[in-house]
Amino acid sequence: MDLTLKIWRQENPKAKGKFETYKVTGISTECSFLEMLDILNETLIDKVQLPINFDHDCREGICGMCSLYINGRPHGPDDEVTTCQLHMRKFKDGDTIVIEPWRSKAFPVIKDLMINRNAFDEIIQAGGYVSVTTGGIPDANSIPINRADAELAMDAAACIGCGACVAACKNASAMLFVAAKVSQFALLPQGKMEAQARVEAMVAKMDELGFGNCTNTYACEAECPKQISADNIARMNREFFCAKVS
Amino acid sequence: MTQLNSKIPQGPLAEKWSHYKAHQNLVNPPNKPKLDIIVVGTGLAGASAAASLGALGFKVKIFCIQDSPRRAHSIAAQGGINAAKNYPNDGDSVYRLFYDTIKGGDYRAREANVHRLAEVSNSIIDQCVAQGVPFARDYSGLLDNRSFGGAQVSRTFYARGQTGQQLLLGAYGALSHQIKLGNVKLYTRQEMMDVVLVEGKARGIITRNLVSGELEKHFGHAVVVATGGYGNVYFLSTNAMNSNTSAIWQIYKRGAFFANPCYVQIHPTCIPVHGDYQSKLTLMSESLRNDGRIWVPKNKEDAEKIRKKQMNAIELKEEDRDYFLERRYPAFGNLVPRDVASRAAKERCDAGFGVGTTGLAVYLDFKDSIKRLGKDVIEERYGNLFQMYEKIVDENPYNNPMMIYPAVHYTMGGTWVDYELQSTIPGLFVAGEANFSDHGANRLGASALMQGLSDGYFVLPYTIQNYLSKDIKVPRMSTDAPEFVETEKAVKDRLDKLMGIKGNKSVDYFHKKLGHIMWENVGMGRTAERLQKAIDLIKELKKEFWSDLRIPGDNNGVNTELEKATRVADFIELGELMAIDALQREESCGGHFREEHQTPEGEAKRNDDDFKFVGAWEYKGENETPVLHKEPLVYESIEVKQRDYK
Amino acid sequence: MSMSLVTLSSVTKKFVMAFAGIFLMVFLVVHLAINLCLLRNDGGEWFNAAAHFMGTNYVVKVFEIVLMTGFLIHIFFGILLQIQNWMARPVRYMVTNKTTTPFLSKYMIYTGGIVFIFLIIHFMNFYFREIGLVANDVTMGEGEPNFYQVTINLFSNTTYSILYIVLIATLGFHLNHAFQAAFQSLGLNHPKYTPCIKGFSTVYSIIIAVGFCIIPIFFMFFK
Repeated sequence: MDLTLKIWRQENPKAKGKFETYKVTGISTECSFLEMLDILNETLIDKVQLPINFDHDCREGICGMCSLYINGRPHGPDDEVTTCQLHMRKFKDGDTIVIEPWRSKAFPVIKDLMINRNAFDEIIQAGGYVSVTTGGIPDANSIPINRADAELAMDAAACIGCGACVAACKNASAMLFVAAKVSQFALLPQGKMEAQARVEAMVAKMDELGFGNCTNTYACEAECPKQISADNIARMNREFFCAKVS
Repeated sequence: MTQLNSKIPQGPLAEKWSHYKAHQNLVNPPNKPKLDIIVVGTGLAGASAAASLGALGFKVKIFCIQDSPRRAHSIAAQGGINAAKNYPNDGDSVYRLFYDTIKGGDYRAREANVHRLAEVSNSIIDQCVAQGVPFARDYSGLLDNRSFGGAQVSRTFYARGQTGQQLLLGAYGALSHQIKLGNVKLYTRQEMMDVVLVEGKARGIITRNLVSGELEKHFGHAVVVATGGYGNVYFLSTNAMNSNTSAIWQIYKRGAFFANPCYVQIHPTCIPVHGDYQSKLTLMSESLRNDGRIWVPKNKEDAEKIRKKQMNAIELKEEDRDYFLERRYPAFGNLVPRDVASRAAKERCDAGFGVGTTGLAVYLDFKDSIKRLGKDVIEERYGNLFQMYEKIVDENPYNNPMMIYPAVHYTMGGTWVDYELQSTIPGLFVAGEANFSDHGANRLGASALMQGLSDGYFVLPYTIQNYLSKDIKVPRMSTDAPEFVETEKAVKDRLDKLMGIKGNKSVDYFHKKLGHIMWENVGMGRTAERLQKAIDLIKELKKEFWSDLRIPGDNNGVNTELEKATRVADFIELGELMAIDALQREESCGGHFREEHQTPEGEAKRNDDDFKFVGAWEYKGENETPVLHKEPLVYESIEVKQRDYK
Repeated sequence: MSMSLVTLSSVTKKFVMAFAGIFLMVFLVVHLAINLCLLRNDGGEWFNAAAHFMGTNYVVKVFEIVLMTGFLIHIFFGILLQIQNWMARPVRYMVTNKTTTPFLSKYMIYTGGIVFIFLIIHFMNFYFREIGLVANDVTMGEGEPNFYQVTINLFSNTTYSILYIVLIATLGFHLNHAFQAAFQSLGLNHPKYTPCIKGFSTVYSIIIAVGFCIIPIFFMFFK
């Protein structure tokens, strides 16, 4: 199929960007979205033009590196997928596709569609872990964990840190990302010890980095490629409240 | 010829590691903060090493090419991690895990290393649980296990189909903790370009800042390279797009021997190739083989009809299906090791029984399991894998059998390291998939995660101290020292040379061409003739690359084409070494299958008399033939046998 | 004081919003109950009695202050959050977001704004009369405002009645999302009860909207 692409081009973080229009032809429906961009890049290189920069790595939907806001939706017009797993069969011949980087004050553009997501690392560094060091640990089965809680913790832990929640949220809020990590540890006995300090530190860091506030539109949940539930945000709010009042 | 010293400790096998730890040199606490350690790579091995070393008090700098340490490709491991816990009470033990790993590796791994791996495997599980890794649990709240290829016990711990992700996030959490405490400094979007040697010892690295394009010099008393495997030499593999061999290739060129480059694991359960534009192959966890049955049509005519879409797989009657793994290997059935399963699938497809539009696919069928266990159980076990398959192939695997085909997945070869994980360059340690050590000629499922974490959490933090204890008086060096400046200059020259070619072909053109040469000639079945052909073709390709490559843009800032070019330049050279190594190894073992050396039934035939050694290659210079050094493999505790999964 | 409010953590601000919101929602029920007295064919006896009680009882007077504070806090934080949220995305997307979200949940600031305008009109008509900010021309007896008469006067104007219905409907949409969102913000979430809360949220918003709308319709068609 033949497509028209409107893609955000921006030379560097300080440069003023703009949309450029490109045509691609003869794209197979079996092709993945990023493979379609690979094909476009090959034609650009043939014309000695600069290829389009976008982040990607594993191309199997788990590393969380790929982003792209495609026709008004983070990770494009399919549910529960990352951009790398989006396939061209979701588009029609003759479609115009607008590709933008994820927009958030906390995720500045590096080049073209590439963004800087160090903010997520900083939030995790603020407390998104159990403070054990290597060694001297009792047997793994010495801490039995209710299966239902373990499953809920796993649901939350499935977050790949892609930032689609921030990209989708009208407020560019990172609540779902933070809540997923807070929830994972709040549900497990290993994480309970530091639960209060963790939630306060992570929320404070999130605010400091310039993410927006949550207004419960649940766009984050709707676009999360790993179906992280907004229930985690409620759990985080609860944890935060308990931490503040105790 | 240099004698390779593997530094295996004295004493009976089971006591070697305890003996080593009891007698090694340590660095006392006040001295640790005076010592800098560079860690390259933030996968399981790198992140766990940096976190553990940071916690001990060393000053660690850790580098990754992605935007965050959490992106490392360890994250994509699905199935699980082995440990000899024997929780299911099914007869597992440290010895059995050790034995299975050696046997699975086709008797080409170092006994002492593998035994140590099996010994620390249990601590890894303890460590990860303490970090809050949400492993699967049974209704009693205790940890659940599943079975995996190449073993007769259930010893695999898992977190749905995302075990690698959860383990990596555990290590990433530990790393983040140390970053917060100031023990570790993190450098993202930085690629190691070369290692700096001062008086023959590794004392730092040169990196390229992938955002600004600038070269940076970093000092460390020791350097740990944990940059993963080199499967992307085939272009199409299950590796991430940015996985590369450059770090271990540059250290090879600086004097670290490269061992067993020809040992490549081809994974049997990947989604088949569908077009030329395809950029990567997607792996479906091997755990699928627990409940899925692999088959092709018994008759060529049926296969032909299926390929032409005149017939649907589910229409084929039971008696017309050939469950070839169950037929050939009744004892292990669908759970034979990966190399055996891959070759059997290739054999059927080559013989004309393959399915899918290309004929390069076999079925993995869950019909019987769904009937036996119910759809819910299957969904609970493999839901996310089934979903992933459906997203890619657009077919529902609950109704139609999945189609799978082997694909390059893991590389057992890598930098040669001794028992301490130190390469032939003093002070340069290599961990995880980047080193050659523990899997021999073939890796068993759920062992890669075990090895990465074992190296990082429980081996390197000890062995690196044995080295650093002699360095406590060495002050931090200035990166303006001539060795740093010279190495930086060499890197800059190489980059300028690449930018200066100004030819007509893109990097991907060369990478795809290399991948094609490698898959055809240095792939699943190898012959002397084809290997020689590969060497010749790669030599030509190298010339073409250095004369006709086109990299748009410049070196000041983000230039992904330049990044890819530096990596492909190294892949081309590595490809040649792989072919040379495969040609040298006149036997079949594990992932290395020489068609000249097979049993009448088509199984791999080893030659233990002549090839029971680790082949470590020494770089001799541009366009010079590398020199082979042999580390003989001595088996004291295990009887070397023909592998048999029947 | 205002600076320390701005720097409150995002979760705390959500809390305050939700808390004030729930308080206002409870008040709406009381207000509706009083309004429904209008439907009694008693010449405004009950309604004026209720209005009198609300205007003179000391306990109610105290609550009135709390209520006004609730309004101010809810409005202040609503605006503050909105400004911060706009600042969190300095460069907007070219294509409007197409993510599926609950109906009008993205537009709470706008429905809230419309409700605020309504509130001012409403205050001009009733509350400011009570406290003497607006000239009180419709009285009964000792100069006390005759709110029953005020209401009849207002609803005799069809344009006003339609505007009233539209604004109340907007309030309904605001409440529909607000009710369950408040529970989410307060962290009162449970796999069993949350679906009930969501259902109740819809029922509540319909009762409030329909309840208030019945009155102008009653006056338009039956008076």
